[in-house]
Amino acid sequence: MKIGLFIPCYIDAFYPGAGIATLELLEKLGQDVDYPLNQTCCGQPMANSGCNSDAAGAEDLFVKNFAQYDVIVMPSGSCAHHVRDNFDAIPQSEAVTHVRQNTYELVEFLHDVLKVDAFPWAEFPHRVGLHNSCGTLRSLRTASMSELGEPFFSKPMDLLQKVKGISFAKPSRPDECCGFGGTFSVTEEAVSARMGLDKVTDHYNAGAEYIVSADTSCMMHQEGCAKRAAVPVRFIHIAEILNGARS
Amino acid sequence: MKVKPVNHAKAAEVFLQDEPHLKFHDERLWDMRQKRDQQMHILPEWQELRARASEIKEHTLAHLPEYLEQFEANAKKNGIHVHWAADAGEHNRIAGEILEKHRAKSLIKSKSMVTEECDMRGYLEPRGITVTETDLGERIQQLDNQMPSHVVVPAVHKLIPDVAKVFAENYQTDPNERDPHALAEAQREAARPVILSADAGMTGGNFLVAETGTFVVCTNEGNADLSSTVTGLHIATLGIERIIPRMADLGVFVRLLSRSALGSPITQYTTHFRGPQKGGEMHVILVDNGRSQRLGMDDFWTSLKCIRCGACMNTCPVYRRSGGLSYGAVYSGPIGSILDPTFNERKYSTLPFASTMNGSCTNVCPVKINIHEQLYKWRRVLAEHHEIPFVKRELMRMAGRIMGKPVLYRAAINSTNAALGNLPRVALYNWMNPWGKNRELPPAAKQSFHSWYKENRLKKEKA
Repeated sequence: MKIGLFIPCYIDAFYPGAGIATLELLEKLGQDVDYPLNQTCCGQPMANSGCNSDAAGAEDLFVKNFAQYDVIVMPSGSCAHHVRDNFDAIPQSEAVTHVRQNTYELVEFLHDVLKVDAFPWAEFPHRVGLHNSCGTLRSLRTASMSELGEPFFSKPMDLLQKVKGISFAKPSRPDECCGFGGTFSVTEEAVSARMGLDKVTDHYNAGAEYIVSADTSCMMHQEGCAKRAAVPVRFIHIAEILNGARS
Repeated sequence: MKVKPVNHAKAAEVFLQDEPHLKFHDERLWDMRQKRDQQMHILPEWQELRARASEIKEHTLAHLPEYLEQFEANAKKNGIHVHWAADAGEHNRIAGEILEKHRAKSLIKSKSMVTEECDMRGYLEPRGITVTETDLGERIQQLDNQMPSHVVVPAVHKLIPDVAKVFAENYQTDPNERDPHALAEAQREAARPVILSADAGMTGGNFLVAETGTFVVCTNEGNADLSSTVTGLHIATLGIERIIPRMADLGVFVRLLSRSALGSPITQYTTHFRGPQKGGEMHVILVDNGRSQRLGMDDFWTSLKCIRCGACMNTCPVYRRSGGLSYGAVYSGPIGSILDPTFNERKYSTLPFASTMNGSCTNVCPVKINIHEQLYKWRRVLAEHHEIPFVKRELMRMAGRIMGKPVLYRAAINSTNAALGNLPRVALYNWMNPWGKNRELPPAAKQSFHSWYKENRLKKEKA
């Protein structure tokens, strides 16, 4: 199985550590991973703003870069959601369909495809609060949502529980959106920032030293809110913990 | 005249500056959401009920003319006068004519979103008819000259001192009164004489039952029952989408409605209106006002399934932090943001963007309206119709061009990082950067992932 690794723009630019951890983790698990150098973006920012036709260039390039791989893996729930559920600015050719059907967010790939049962190298002696992005929670369905009253399940939690020394904080509103929302974070700046502050405060009050998530975009926003308000909580991508980061 | 789009972001920013109001609003509505969850957990058949409710509504909407005509025929047999109103103007004219015929000068009414939609008070009052809202929250809003901020709890954005102030101005009560029971009592004492001496009564309604020609009104205060019965003349106004085929279908909706809305098993009053009182008159006005047009919209017709429970508002993290009035429309919150653009595309063009599209609304909706997906589709429609701001449009065009070309993209990533690493704080945090108003920017990375990969993987391969 040949894996094409997609690293979203904000990870590429601001949080390369999350990308490096994803690559190293997949390699540790014995996977054959390629990072196509000409990749840019999945098209989500344009499509979510309503400007779907402006996403065509990015989507077209995405397919050119990734159609040759058996699976496409990315450390981002919202990008995976876009590719799988909304990627329709370009004609739906066979290559496009292949890409859309074989795109995975990292956690679901580890949990459902590789079915990883141990991360012997991983140890994280900290109390963490898990943040499921709305894309992973309500679109990719990697965890149960409180709205439906369904039996509890959580793929990211299943993976994190295999990490030595880790413990979990229980925020009071675990499923509440953190307010990032892409361009919403700028066009609705006041509401967005308040939601972010409420989110990090909820985790901090529950005793979280770290907020961990499969979505760096949510954390970029939350980190900005936490830093400005001096809420002493740190942020880490789930790939970094599973890859063996100690702090 | 060019209509200006509602500035939700600005109104929300103002709402957020008042911490006590914000805190109460968020916690009160979140409490309703949690009570709704508790009710859901009690009923193992919850998801089955939602699926059934959605199916019944979709079936009914697909056969809307037949069921409406069936209702009309059966209602007439019950002695009810049935009127058809194509739009708000026609609705108000019909209501006005009925009142004029009875020389009615004082109308008491229970809460009805349709009459808000039609701005009926604004039509009747200049014609010498006094309209008195009998629902406590709605009356507070009427006295304060504001729209309802929520479909179920219209004054939820107000704190006790706000109500005390409104009542002091209108009922000459103590402006420093802080006992909610005393305030409710003041309203009761002011309203009772008006109710008892009124000439006509009006209600909204929750369900029209086609097979029986009857309709059902669900309330918690009993004010609809007073409004409908004390005068002998009862006018009920309902949107045409309120119809269900059979009495047997009603149970599905009654079980979902109050559980979804307030987290209570059922409303205090569920009244079936089957015909006029002895010697009295009963009228039903069936209001279209854009509904038929909405029914013809491929992506948006299922919004007509809505039973106005407000669960999407209670769960919406944006609504809880911006208040219903910030939407500048009769219908606020998630459901409002997909309904309002059908009334006026330009005026409400901003509302589908007043959302993070987190999807909580869709999953609490008792009739399974895919609200967040409709928000996404509305954004597309609005962009295609040039109803999004010019700057955003151009930014997206530019972003699209950069994201389509690896060379441009690389240059953008590198210059962003260079800017973050080198520019002084004053250049990064200014009025041009809304991100930085209440948030820090991300840290500058020493190296992009792309360049790390080239150094650590590709060079190794070559070596």
